[in-house]
Amino acid sequence: MSFNQKHLLGIEPLAPSEITTVLDLAEQYVDLNRRDVKHADALAGLTQINMFFENSTRTQASFELAGKRLGADVMNMSMQASSIKKGETLIDTAMTLNAMHPDLLVVRHPHSGAVDLLSQKVNCAVLNAGDGKHEHPTQALLDALTIRRAKGRLHRLNIAICGDIAHSRVARSNILLLGKMENRVRLIGPPTLMPAGIAKFGVEVYEDMREGLQDVDVVMMLRLQRERMDGGFIPSEREYYHRYGLDAAKLSIAKDDAIVMHPGPMNRGVEIDGTLADDINRSVIQDQVEMGVAVRMAAMDLLARNLRTARTEQGVMA
Amino acid sequence: MTATLFTNATLIDPEDGSATLGSLLVKDGVIVAHGPEVAVPKGVHVVECGGHCLAPGIVDLGVKVCEPGERHKESFKTAGLAAAAGGVTTMITRPDTAPAIDSPETLEFVTRRANEAAPVRVLPMAALTKGRDGREMTEIGFLMDAGAVAFTDCDHVLTDTKVMQRALTYARSLGALVITHPQEPTLSKGAAVTSGKFASLRGLPGVSPMAERMGIDRDIALTEMTGARVHFDQITTARALPALERAKRNGLDVTAGTSIHHLTLNELDVADYRTFFKVKPPLRSEDDRMATLDALRHGLIDVLCSMHTPQDEESKRLPYEEAASGAVALQTLLPAALRLHHSGDLTLPQLFRAMALNPADRLGLPQGRLSEGAPADLVLFDPNAPFVMDRFSLLSKSKNTPFDGARMQGRVLGTWVGGARVFDSATKVA
Repeated sequence: MSFNQKHLLGIEPLAPSEITTVLDLAEQYVDLNRRDVKHADALAGLTQINMFFENSTRTQASFELAGKRLGADVMNMSMQASSIKKGETLIDTAMTLNAMHPDLLVVRHPHSGAVDLLSQKVNCAVLNAGDGKHEHPTQALLDALTIRRAKGRLHRLNIAICGDIAHSRVARSNILLLGKMENRVRLIGPPTLMPAGIAKFGVEVYEDMREGLQDVDVVMMLRLQRERMDGGFIPSEREYYHRYGLDAAKLSIAKDDAIVMHPGPMNRGVEIDGTLADDINRSVIQDQVEMGVAVRMAAMDLLARNLRTARTEQGVMA
Repeated sequence: MTATLFTNATLIDPEDGSATLGSLLVKDGVIVAHGPEVAVPKGVHVVECGGHCLAPGIVDLGVKVCEPGERHKESFKTAGLAAAAGGVTTMITRPDTAPAIDSPETLEFVTRRANEAAPVRVLPMAALTKGRDGREMTEIGFLMDAGAVAFTDCDHVLTDTKVMQRALTYARSLGALVITHPQEPTLSKGAAVTSGKFASLRGLPGVSPMAERMGIDRDIALTEMTGARVHFDQITTARALPALERAKRNGLDVTAGTSIHHLTLNELDVADYRTFFKVKPPLRSEDDRMATLDALRHGLIDVLCSMHTPQDEESKRLPYEEAASGAVALQTLLPAALRLHHSGDLTLPQLFRAMALNPADRLGLPQGRLSEGAPADLVLFDPNAPFVMDRFSLLSKSKNTPFDGARMQGRVLGTWVGGARVFDSATKVA
């Protein structure tokens, strides 16, 4: 078992063996979470602070539950309401929190790199719960666990990621993770929603969804933000659904046993057909939510172990 | 009559492209002779140069001193000391202060402050439009009378082409030099880095390098229309070069500059969101850096400058997108430029042609050369002395250099303005 990270800021710094370590431990927590008594003490005595500078219900709830099930003292801070409105800088906020001796800091921020910046100023483990358009590592890990459980492996799969790649941190983390685990990744979407330099990412890019879905094992849909639908990036919601929305007809092009994923929250009838999203034979969207809690438990457990080791070593040194 | 003889110096002559051992004689602040054999008058003060390089002092086109408005970032005194320590003997200052330098009154304030506080020459530029907001042209005539050497709205691109056309036409009638920032601003709006794989991986908003080419294309068309004298502040991309080349070949009165950061760093240096590497325009790809360097070598790009832009810690210790742009560079310009000498890309005379002679010529100044009759603005430096840059050793009030911790070569030993010594590395005093 190997996991030599102080923080979980992104998928980029992780080695494939570290990814496997997180997923293997998460499997154990999936079992725990299905029991009547869902309690372990891996984080007992530790303080976890969730700082969300951007709205989130699902991710914040998932992190909160993960911490509580492992016995941590969890505090949620909604940062939009508080200090930034008063002009406090991110670093000041970090220093203030640091003085309260947290052990795990879960941060979401609207700017790319903000969580990285914050991690340099605190003495605890920092988990990136999404920074701007950069990374969302726990989402990619939970997607990986979902795929591994559904397909029995996490390599040599054809995986299509569809929709607004340009603005998606979920897509970036997934491209990195699935690439590291040696899968073939395809990106499908209109060129206005593709990031620059995409050809150099080691992926295949398709503008035609029907072409891109041929022979894929996994179809990963992305959420299209409302503010991108008004003609700036795509002409209209209905034209988008016609060309890039996933429905039964388009899914039939993929492999017969292809699974459908979505990080949520979904826009039914915009990027995905409602009936298809609820089809328990194809859609693993509810599994993703379940795996999310387990993966976050595993990630926090591993970071807390490293934190304790580091602190013991420091104690010995002192 | 005071006379100083610099002996045993490697004379870097940007005019004839030579670097030869010899002497240089200064009388009453003016260079009177230089070469391998110089007749030495009696009672002359001798500076033994130990074989080190003696070059014309740098004429830095586009320095931001934060007076008026943000003296906590940089004052004329601190900028002047940094300049002297960096071998910069003439600072051509930018008008992008708060408020902008857009009236003869503000310009006079700046000139007075500069003369009181700075040990080097300061020649101010003024804004092209009032408040740099691109609507009404400034009093170009009065500003020239008050000493403005060029007119620019700096990084505020004049988007209204009609206003730009009139300003250029009016400037032409007075023979004023206009400096533009070639950029299509609606395309580059909100961008923090150059678009491409790196920008996408970091999730940062990027601008296509094409925005620079679109900017230069428009400004060249307007130059052709109006016959104005135009200088492009920073050309940093390969795609903008053919347009520049064509404009020069067609006889338009255009020149171009680039910044030391764009010549010695590339977009990957930003690495994990290091905001000291955030400059405007953003750092480019290695291909663009190489093309820009090549253009400077062949004289297509005329001027190499520091684009000295002080920013305090608070404005840099922010998430990358929110952090301010700019880097201080008065003291790092020469050692960074010497990287290009040590790498074999540019000779020392080529470097001083771009850093001293060309900017001086473009502004009609007598300095920037070693020839007889030129003011004795000189820098003596050891191009090989190695050191590790410590940003807190910089004399600028702001310490935002991307070269912090970098291994560099080249130390300024002494700086003279008009024959008077303004910096001595042994005593550190002006």
